[in-house]
Order: sequence, then C-alpha cells, then structure tokens
Amino acid sequence: MRFLQIGIRFAIIVGSKIDAAGTTTVTPSGARNQAQAEGRSVVLDGITHRYGGATAVEAVNLDIRGGELVSLLGPSGCGKTTLLRIVAGFLRQTEGRVIVGDQVIDALPPSRRAVGIVFQNYALFPHLTVAENVAYGLAARGAPRAEQAAEAKRLLELVQLGHAGGRYPRQLSGGQQQRVALARALAIRPAVLLLDEPFAALDKNLRLDMQIEVKRLQRVAGVTTLLVTHDQEEALSLSDRVAVLSNGRLEQFAAPTTVYDAPESLFVNTFVGSANAVPGVMVGQDGNGPRIALDAGGEVVARPLARPIAPGSRVTLCLRPEHLRLTDGQDGIAGIVEMALPLGPTVVHEVRVGAGRPLKIAEPRQGGGALRPPGTPVRIAVAPGLASAFPAAA
Amino acid sequence: MALPDVTTYPLRLASPLAVFFAAFFAAPLVALVGLSLRGADGGFGLSQYAAFLGDGFSLGVLLGTLWLGLKVTAACLVLGLPLALVATRAGGWVRGLIILAVLTPLLTSVVIRTFAWIVILGRQGVINSLLSSLGLIETPLRMLYAEGGLVAALAQVQMPLMVLPLMTALARIDPSLWDASEALGAGRWRTFVRVTLPLCLPGLIAGSVLTFAAAISGFITQSLIGGGQMLFMPGYIYQQAIALQNWPFAAAMSVIFLVAVLAVVLGFNALGRLARGYAQT
Repeated sequence: MRFLQIGIRFAIIVGSKIDAAGTTTVTPSGARNQAQAEGRSVVLDGITHRYGGATAVEAVNLDIRGGELVSLLGPSGCGKTTLLRIVAGFLRQTEGRVIVGDQVIDALPPSRRAVGIVFQNYALFPHLTVAENVAYGLAARGAPRAEQAAEAKRLLELVQLGHAGGRYPRQLSGGQQQRVALARALAIRPAVLLLDEPFAALDKNLRLDMQIEVKRLQRVAGVTTLLVTHDQEEALSLSDRVAVLSNGRLEQFAAPTTVYDAPESLFVNTFVGSANAVPGVMVGQDGNGPRIALDAGGEVVARPLARPIAPGSRVTLCLRPEHLRLTDGQDGIAGIVEMALPLGPTVVHEVRVGAGRPLKIAEPRQGGGALRPPGTPVRIAVAPGLASAFPAAA
Repeated sequence: MALPDVTTYPLRLASPLAVFFAAFFAAPLVALVGLSLRGADGGFGLSQYAAFLGDGFSLGVLLGTLWLGLKVTAACLVLGLPLALVATRAGGWVRGLIILAVLTPLLTSVVIRTFAWIVILGRQGVINSLLSSLGLIETPLRMLYAEGGLVAALAQVQMPLMVLPLMTALARIDPSLWDASEALGAGRWRTFVRVTLPLCLPGLIAGSVLTFAAAISGFITQSLIGGGQMLFMPGYIYQQAIALQNWPFAAAMSVIFLVAVLAVVLGFNALGRLARGYAQT
C-alpha cells in the first residue's frame, strides 16, 4: 500500500525535479559532473569472505552498470554490510575481485578508491562546520581553499542546505545531517556511492522524503550507487535492480518488479513482500502452466517453473495475498474467516483453511464488498498463473 | 515542579566533604597566606614575597620547576598518545594487557618505583653496564642526578595520569569517523591531525594538567633522582621550612608556587577553550 504512495510521489517529485536539475542546477562546475554522468560500472567477481572459519559472503557475482542504483537487500547477517565494506576497501575479501570501470581496485586503500560513503549514523565530523565537513575530501586532495569553499557551497545548495554551511552537525536535524553526509560523499566526485542503511535512523515520514531526495541526487550526479538495506519497500522503490542476499549467498539479482513477481527462490518470495506458503503436490504441466494440488483442497495453476519439478513431488506454493479473492460461489478453497483488517485502501482477511497457518487475502476495498465478520464461511479463488511453486524443503 | 526531582540529590549530602575540606584544606591555606605575610622583623607586609621575587636564585628554582613540569608533560604526551591510540584501536587481550601495564605502576609505592630508576640509571646501573659491556661507552654515562634521568623517571611515574584520560577521550570517538575520513581520501596522518587529535583534545588537556601538577610536586622522585644537585620548588620549600625553620619565607614560596601553577593550568585550559565545541558530539 505504501508502494503505491511512494510510486505516486516519485512520479510527481522526482520527475519534475530531474527535469529542473538537468537544465538549471547543474551549472558551471556541472560540466565535469555531466562527463561523469555516465557513471562507472562496478563488477563483483566471485567475492568470498571468511571471518576465521565462518563464511560471511560466498561467491557473489554482481555486474552493476554505470549510473545504476542497486540495492543489497537481506536480513541482518546476510553479508550485505560485508560486501559494502569490501567495495569501500575497509575489508580485504578472501577471494574474488572488485572491478570499477576497467580497473581492479583490490590493491587500493580506501583513501584512493574514490568511493563516497554515507554511513548509517552519517559519521559527520562533530568538530567541523557543515561546510568544512563537505570540503573535507577536497581538502584531503589538496584543492585550493577557494575551490573547496565554492564546491562546498554548490553541493550544499544541491541538497538544499545552502544556508547551513556555518553550523555544526549537532545543530542540524537528522534529515539535514543526512543531506550533509550525502553532499560530503558526492563532493569527491566518487566513482561509486555507497549508502549503508542511510534511512534507518529517520522517522517514517522524513524517511520517504529523504528516499526521494537521494534518488533525485543520485540521478543528477549519475553516480553508480550501492544501497545496503534490510527494508524491502526501500529496496523495491528506489532501485534499478535489487540483489537479494541470504546467508552470504546471492539469491536473485533482478529488477524490483521481477524480484516481486517472479522470485527465483522460496526465500526471495517470502522475504520480499508477503506470501502465504502452502504445501501441495505437483500434478503436472498443461498448456496453462504447472498444476498444483493443495493439501487444503483445490488445484492451482502456478507461474511457469524456473526449474522443472517432477509430477508427484511435494512443493511449497507461494500465494501472495493479492493473488487471492474471496467469493460467495461454490468453487475455490473452503475456509472460515478468522479476522478482518481494514487497511485504508485495502482490506486483509485472515482465513483458516485446514490445519495450516491461516491464509492472508488482500483485496481492494472498493468493489471488494463489505468486511466479513469472523466465523463467516467463505470460498477462496486463486488468480491463475501468478503463484510461484518451489520444491518443498526435505 | 511539585514532585522532587529524583535525578538530583540535595546539596547537603556533600556537607561532610565540605566540612572536611574547610577544616583540612581551606583553613590551612588561609593560615599559610597569613603566615607568609609576616616579615623577618616580625612586622606585617609583603617583604617575604619581595625577598623571593627579588632573588635571582629563587626565581631560577621556580622557573626550573615549571620547565621540568612542561618537559615531563611533553614526554608523557609523546609516549602516551601512541600507547593510548594502540590500546583504543586494539581489541581483546592486547587492550587488557596495555591497560594492566599502564595501571600496574599505580599499585606500587612511588619510593620503590623511584629506587628502581636509581638501579637503572646509576653509574653501575643496568644501562651503563649494558652499554659498557657492548663497548659503546668508555666511562659510565651520567644519568642519575641529571635532569634527563629525572624527566624519564617522572614521566614513567606519571604516565597513567596521561594515558587514562586520553584513552577515555579516544574511546568516545565514533570509529566510523576514521572510516569516513579515509574514504574521503585522507591518509592516516591527515586523519590523525584533522580528526583524532581535535576530538581527543579534552582528554589530552585533562591528562596534561594532571601530569604537570604531579610532576612539579613529585617531591620524592625529584629528591631521590635529582639528588642534592638539582633544586626544585618542593625541595626548596622543604629546606626553608624544615632545615632553616624559616616558616614565613616557606609560606610565601608556597603561595607564589601555587599561583604560578594555577597560571600554567589556566594556560592549558585556555588552549582547550580555543577548541571549544570539539568535546561535544
């Protein structure tokens, strides 16, 4: 439901601001910026990392195009932060290569990688003013003072903090501090921008504004960006492509809608979005797709399989709540309503079917009819060709 | 504000300590100042102060003592800062070992530590016998009863006073600031000068004040390592008061010494104020 909101606000805000930025914001010193607007590709080639005996990251391959925004999405401990620290150079991977543009950067220390990082806690220098923070990287490169000041001013204006250059970080709000951190990272004209859970510390409304802002700046700067997050909405709404990680392995690397609509593994299907995982048996294929008989009764036509499953095998079928409809007819799976949750534009019913966990069913409220009180017997219709089937775990 | 604030305590809880301070610190100090105003002829006035400040030898002792304090403070800083940095960045047992090594001297009597330095620095001491057996020197080096040896001994004795506040200040620095500095292109040295040093300044100043105060008043170490050759204010005051029974002059010296030390401490604090804002995060 929040996707919809984000999507709409994106369409309105990002669209208009990029147009504006393309013609107005990127001025004199923007010449170099536009040269860089191509962005450099980033390739993670067979990255494996072990801490002592434990493997944090296992043979991860990612091919990120120049200017792309890619999310590393996964639960905590999945290895996403390890990957980020490897790209930044704070960690040296056990195996594999990191290639930026056409250069292998494994031998470079962090200070020479031209990687801009926005830390989760922003890591602004508390003893320096906002302008000094932004100019820090330029000073480290030995830029003349006048150029440092001019660049800091330009970037602070880009993040709409032109007035705050003389203040100290602690005098700013969380969202403003994040803008400063972003300006500071962009000031060094990074080949790659790394964002480490940058929105986690912001409250919900501010988070949405900042997500839009970051997306806008990333487009304007055209910089290849890696966003580490455990928040799937954030990953889906901001990214060009999402890399889903679990236990140090890359589960899927695809566009957000592909990850959501055509998950390649049970983990991806249940981690991204919500899903009812129900047990069943593979019946066979026909022209419409694989047919699965549910233990709870009824037969469902699933999405074409990624890997073939032999008829007769046990499967887990993932039904997203919006794939299901409540009907009053005689067809479909029989169940009893346990709970009805009106969530503004949608209504979610929890329906007990057989012995397993109750199924969640999400319907638009308009046209979906009235709430059904607990205890109402209902039938559930399944939209054909949308659900994903995976071999059942042994 | 009808309810009492549970996070503050009534001031009267501090009254036992206040009485103690009044009786054993403030009152003697007032008596000392009073005593210092007694002239050699039994009259009342500033003649003792005039005598001290007009005497080149006495002024030399005062300045030499303050200079000694600065040298010891500098030595502690140069040796202690890297140690504190290593201890803060190291984890686990390395850190524990460094803290133990820093703290252990505090558990030993100053007299014993000082005698250990006599054994190390003496004419037939550890260093001299090692150097001569290696054939590096013909005659023993003079380290005992010399200022270099005294600075070394005082620095070792006062080291915890410098290292502990520094470690506290360094531990408060968010480690991601170092990562941020490096990622922005700063090398290690630049990161140290621009980030680490300014942010640990409060600890550095606290450590310096403590070290300085302890070094200039380290009567035992000054007397035993310095011997009779070098005279510093504590020994000079002791001489006047105990050996010569010149109490009014000793009192005036004490007051002058106190004022001079306060001036130096205020100087340290002024340095800290220059960096105001650094402490808060």
